[in-house]
Amino acid sequence: MCTVCGCSDKVIVDGREMSHDEAHRLGLAHHHAHSHGDGLPHGHDHTHDHSHGHSHPHRHGDTLHDHPHDHHHSHPHDHAHGAGHSHGDADHAHDHGGGDHHHPHEGTHHYGLGAAGVSVPGLTQARLIEVETSILAKNDAIAQGNRRVLTALGTLALNLVSSPGSGKTTLLCKTIEALGDTPLAVIEGDQQTSADADRIRATGARAIQINTGKGCHLDAQMVGHAIDELRPRPNSLLFIENVGNLVCPAAFDLGEDAKVAILSVTEGEDKPLKYPDMFTAARLAILNKVDLAPHCDVDLDLYEENLRRVNPDITILRLSARSGEGMATWIDWLRARLAEKAA
Amino acid sequence: MHEMSLVEGIRSIVLDQARTHGFSRVTVLRLEIGRFAGVEKPALDFAFDVVMRGSPAEGARLEIIDLPGQAMCYDCMTAVEIASRLDPCPRCGGGRLIPNGGDEMRIKDMEVV
Repeated sequence: MCTVCGCSDKVIVDGREMSHDEAHRLGLAHHHAHSHGDGLPHGHDHTHDHSHGHSHPHRHGDTLHDHPHDHHHSHPHDHAHGAGHSHGDADHAHDHGGGDHHHPHEGTHHYGLGAAGVSVPGLTQARLIEVETSILAKNDAIAQGNRRVLTALGTLALNLVSSPGSGKTTLLCKTIEALGDTPLAVIEGDQQTSADADRIRATGARAIQINTGKGCHLDAQMVGHAIDELRPRPNSLLFIENVGNLVCPAAFDLGEDAKVAILSVTEGEDKPLKYPDMFTAARLAILNKVDLAPHCDVDLDLYEENLRRVNPDITILRLSARSGEGMATWIDWLRARLAEKAA
Repeated sequence: MHEMSLVEGIRSIVLDQARTHGFSRVTVLRLEIGRFAGVEKPALDFAFDVVMRGSPAEGARLEIIDLPGQAMCYDCMTAVEIASRLDPCPRCGGGRLIPNGGDEMRIKDMEVV
């Protein structure tokens, strides 16, 4: 639809058919049919400076007649016969402010009473702009930029998501030890403190702390800046430890290759069902702290069943960062994904 | 969940559009929100009023168009519509569904003056 006059028709300009929008953008005089709300469609050529006079059949009360009159849109105009006439409703290309077309005085067209409070020749007072843009479009565009950079480097980026206290940082420290001399870097996200980045740096790995302040998630821009500063090495691993939160980080693409959800056995088997968005978005789920399972009356199979209920494709690993149980499988998974990415 | 951030995103799109199209005020803003987008409408309404202050969309009416939740059933391999992520397949009763539509969060259009 034309965003200037609301007309959906194709128009003919110099014998060529083009969209009405295009004709407006090019400022070309063109012809189109329209109706003044009295149900009597008519057509005429006009430029869009709107100071054209023309004639069309219209209704004054019950009488149908035809006389030339001016559509001069920037000031009131009088009809010789002293009768106000109405242009009816909004599906008219020269929309006079939608349904709010006021005729306070007989024979006066007041164009300052429309939605805009002012009449601009060539523009309707209210118009519709089709946006069709994702609310997160900006984040997604930056995330794609991050992804291009990381792909060019052959760097595998994993977005680690979980509730607070699931053991993400401990798992990361143990993972860094287990990976030996594989090049890697870590981006730590927390609302406050650099405690986690300090723990990572103590292992010898490079880390950047992002404090989101009151923010509940990392976004692509924060991660983009951190990537620029960290300058990941080619064919390296990049761990992004998101803010501990099972809700918001699910919606924000950071440019990662995969989300890894970490769930500790003390949290309860129902968590995947209660926070399905996060587990649906994740490619791998790590069931952490399995060394505590015998002490907390937990059904590990039910955890897995619930995870697969919200995400039939998810890969699940049971491990304990503390005891080292299951760590080898996790490291194998990481190396396999890194080899795929670097290839 | 993060309605405030979402509305910040809407505000920045409105400002971009105002520059591109040269309008001064938004009267109606229509969003399309999928059932699985995780958006809480009352929270979005509240955040909208607060965040839009001082922008062209201050005082604009916010209309939300709901989009259905869609999923692929891995049991009967059919695309189905579901109301909740945990619903069984309405066709075969199977429980292995992968949502593949319904997480949209889009500005559809806006009426401006």
